[in-house]
Order: sequence, then C-alpha cells, then structure tokens
Amino acid sequence: MKIESLKKAGHATLAGLGMLALTAGMAWAQEAAAAPVPDKGDTAWMLVSTVLVLLMIVPGLALFYGGLVRSKNMLSVLTQVLVVSCIVMVVWALWGYSMAFTSGGSLDKFVGGFSKALLKGVDTTTVVETFSRGVVIPEIVFVAFQMTFAAITTALVIGGFAERMKFSAICLFSVLWPTLVYFPMAHMVWWWPGPEFASTNTADATVAGAGMIWAYGALDFAGGTVVHINAGIAALVGAILVGKRIGYKHEAMAPHSLTLTMVGASLLWVGWFGFNAGSNLESNGYAGLAMLNTFLATAAAGIAWPAFEWLLKGKPSLLGAASGVVAGLVAITPAAGFAGPMGAIVLGLIVSPLCLFFVSVVKNKLGYDDSLDVFGVHAVGGIIGAIATGILVDPALGGAGIVDYTAGGAAVYPGLVPQVIAQAKGVLTTIVWSGVGSLIVFGLIKLTIGLRAKEEVEREGLDIAEHGERAYNM
Amino acid sequence: MKLITAIIKPFKLDEVRESLSALGVQGMTVTEVKGYGRQKGHTEIYRGAEYAVSFLPKLKIEVAVKSEMLDAVIDAITSKAKTGQIGDGKIFVTPLEQVVRIRTGETDGDAL
Repeated sequence: MKIESLKKAGHATLAGLGMLALTAGMAWAQEAAAAPVPDKGDTAWMLVSTVLVLLMIVPGLALFYGGLVRSKNMLSVLTQVLVVSCIVMVVWALWGYSMAFTSGGSLDKFVGGFSKALLKGVDTTTVVETFSRGVVIPEIVFVAFQMTFAAITTALVIGGFAERMKFSAICLFSVLWPTLVYFPMAHMVWWWPGPEFASTNTADATVAGAGMIWAYGALDFAGGTVVHINAGIAALVGAILVGKRIGYKHEAMAPHSLTLTMVGASLLWVGWFGFNAGSNLESNGYAGLAMLNTFLATAAAGIAWPAFEWLLKGKPSLLGAASGVVAGLVAITPAAGFAGPMGAIVLGLIVSPLCLFFVSVVKNKLGYDDSLDVFGVHAVGGIIGAIATGILVDPALGGAGIVDYTAGGAAVYPGLVPQVIAQAKGVLTTIVWSGVGSLIVFGLIKLTIGLRAKEEVEREGLDIAEHGERAYNM
Repeated sequence: MKLITAIIKPFKLDEVRESLSALGVQGMTVTEVKGYGRQKGHTEIYRGAEYAVSFLPKLKIEVAVKSEMLDAVIDAITSKAKTGQIGDGKIFVTPLEQVVRIRTGETDGDAL
C-alpha cells in the first residue's frame, strides 16, 4: 500500500460522505505482533519535524512577539513564551496526549479518555498509523510531535494580552486552557479510526469512531482550526477579559525592535516546514507538496501585505512584510497538503489584504486591545485558510483531492458546496468551543487569582516588576 | 570664554568635529538628545496603530572656547551642519565664568 499510496494517498477520505479531515491525524495504536514496522525515512522526518516546530516557539515566536512589545516588557514576553511552552509539554505527557489521542468512550466525539495518562502503555515498540494503509510511525515520536503543537498553540494565545497580564495568571492559564480547550479540539479534529479501519469498514463506522469535526468531513491538514483559529479566538477572549493596556490609543506603544520581530518571523517560517510538511506524518511527495505550498503561499502573502500598505498608506513596511509572512503561513496551514502550488499563491495574495483590513480597520472600530494581533492574524487568517482549503483541494483547480479508502485510495472531491459547508462547520465549531472554553478559563482565573498585573507594575514594565530583570542593560 | 551648545543632525557630527579640530578646538562633549523645533515630528504606522513621533533624535554638542575663537567656531558649525532643510538645528552661546582642568588644576584659558 505504501508504494500505491505514493500516487494518491497520504490523505484519506470516505466518498459518499464527502469528507474527511485529516492532518496530524492519528489512528489507534496497533499493538498486534503482525503490525507493520515503521519506515526509517518516515521516522527520521518526524524526528526532524518535531524539533522544527520547537524552533517555531523558541526562539521564533518568542522573538517575533518580543520585538513587538515595548522594551520594558520584552523580557516578560520571552519568559512567558518559554515557560508556557515548558508547562504545556509536561501537561501533555501527564494527561494531554491521552485526552487528545485515545478513545473517550461516551464523550468520544469531543474528547479522549485517560487510558494513556502519564503515557501509560506508550513505549518504543508501539506505533500509530499515518494516513496510508499499512504505514506506521513510532507512537513515541508522534507523542513528541503533537506535544510541540499543543505548546505553540498555547504560547500563541499570550500575544493577545501581552504587556499586562500577571505571570501567575499566565502559568495557571497554561495548565487550564490546554486541558479544557486544546486537547478536546485536537481530539475533535484529528482523532479517527485510521486508514486500516477505514479501508475495511463502512464509511459510517469510520465516522462513528472519529472526533466531531473530523466527522463533518472538514479538511485541516496541519491545524488551521485546532491551532490558529483556536489560539486567535482565545487571545481575543483573554484580551477582552483582562482589559486594555493603560494608555492604549493615547500613549505610543510602538514595537521596540522590528529587527527581532523579523528574526522571529523568519524562524517561524523555517520551523513551519516541520509543522506543515511534518503533519503529513510520512516523508513522501505530499510532504513535498506541503513544503512547496508553505513557501509559495507565504511568499505571496509577504508580497501582498506591504504592497497593499504601499498603495493605501504610501509606504511598504517591514512589519507589514513580516505580518504578511505569518498570515500566509497561517492560511496555508489547513491547505498545505491539499492545495496545488498555484492555489497556494492565490491564497497568499488573498489572506494578506484581509488580515491587514482586520488589524487596521476592524480592530480600531471595535476598540479591543489584542496587543499583538493574534486574533487579526491567526483567527482571521486561519478562517480564510480553512474555508479556502475546501475550494483549493479541488483537483480541477490543481488541488490534491481527498483520498477515498473505501474506493481503493482514489482522489475524490465532493464538490465545492458540500466541502465548503463542511469546512464552515469545522470553523464554527472551533469558534464556539474555543470562545466558550476560553471564557470559562479566563473567567475562572479572573475570579480566583485575578488576571491583571497591578497598575504600577504595568506602568513600570512587567520585566522589572514581575521578573526582577530587564531585557537590556545598557 | 564662551560655551557653545549646538543641536545638529546626527549624521553631521563627523564633519563638524573635523572642522573644529582644524580650528584648534581641543575638546567636545556629545550627547544624544531628542526634541522638536520647526521640523515637528512625523507619523509612524505599525500595522493598524499610528503614532505621532513628536521628538526627533538630534545630537547636542558642547564646546568651550576662548572668546576670540567664537565667530570662527560658529561659522564652522553653521557651514558644516547645514543641509538647507528644515531641522538643521540651532547654536546657543553662553558666557563661561570658569574652567578647571581636573588633572592639573589649570584654570580658564590654560584649561581649554
């Protein structure tokens, strides 16, 4: 099957139902003695991809965010990104992996159970299925790969309320939010019975064993919903609940180092190849497609953002180019292995002006203080990418199509309307789950230990007041 | 003796320093400052946020000279710091009562 799958597969679907989500998806571990053996090439690629995603977080995201805040808060942002990631990694091993990637019994549509809590039963001999029948990778590698996704998603959120939330609240958030919001979201989108089951059972049976959003037939290659829309919505909820920064709209809050922001955005781009091409779980042509798309959509978006600034405001900016790059990366994430290269370019050209419009017009109209535009770039870009995935996957538009296991691995496309509807259902479910879950998490923290740093702490800067250090001594 | 305080554009510093050295001026103090005059400021846009930057970076140079050198120093600064554009800066001259060289205890003219 592996060789056959080079042509069509990589991604599965069930015809008839017109669907299937897959991405860093996963299947039940196969423990039988006759289980397939992991390919060394696939395993090597996943090991590399895993550390590439870590590079996105530290130092990529940390520097991208850090450059955007005032110098008095630089160190706080670096600390937050680093420590949040560390906390989520430990939580992931304790109960996160189990909540995302095991059967949840009667709650299986929404969340997994605790059968693999503390990574019980996961060792060097267990494997998980990829998207091709008969192809597996070591489960322990999959645990590590998915761990970095949980970490970066949680770290992304803090950009919404940078420069004013107290560190203790952020630490509590990084335990509660993944538990209540991220792990269930990952389960809803990525949990399914796997290609072996799908090939040998009815479509209904496969859907019955899958998470809710997967069962819609929504396509999400690398986590547009789980990671970006989810983080963007949570950031908005957090930003609103914690309130605006003191002096917002009155005082200058210009980024203190666009140099570091550019370095961070570039590291994000490099790491994103692990994120997108790694989400293929196999080292093959689909990983190559995801890689090429991650270049092209990003490049197109990195042109479009400063180009629109040039047209509308007179000057193309570095922050615009960096923001465009990130918006392009976000938008291509769900489409990475589904769109064709030309589709990726179109997606990049579209996402930048829409995000620019959001962060410069809509945000100012609505008046919320999403410090680093997590909502405007990640949620908006993620939604555009998620919807566009349903269109660009069409083989008639150069897309890769959806692999149908029940039809022997043929690439199919259910048609624009049903696929876009499935995508929209996935997006809406994410918005509601993330919105309500984040409201509960931030609400709980606000009512208990409080969200916000004291006024004098915020004025002095979180660096000295909360951490007793400054980013720059000169 | 006079203390000359000049606000100039930062990239003019080397030209000014060279011309003053050529006149025999023995020392100078330079400070990075911000301020505004007729040049006003400019607007910076970061994504959707626009900030009016009303204080622009300039250099403040301070030179103490004997009174007879005053005109030559003013001429040198004026000619070297000039671009003809708004924002070239200003020169302030104040009388100087006393100068002491810390190492030797020399005073006034000997200390300059």
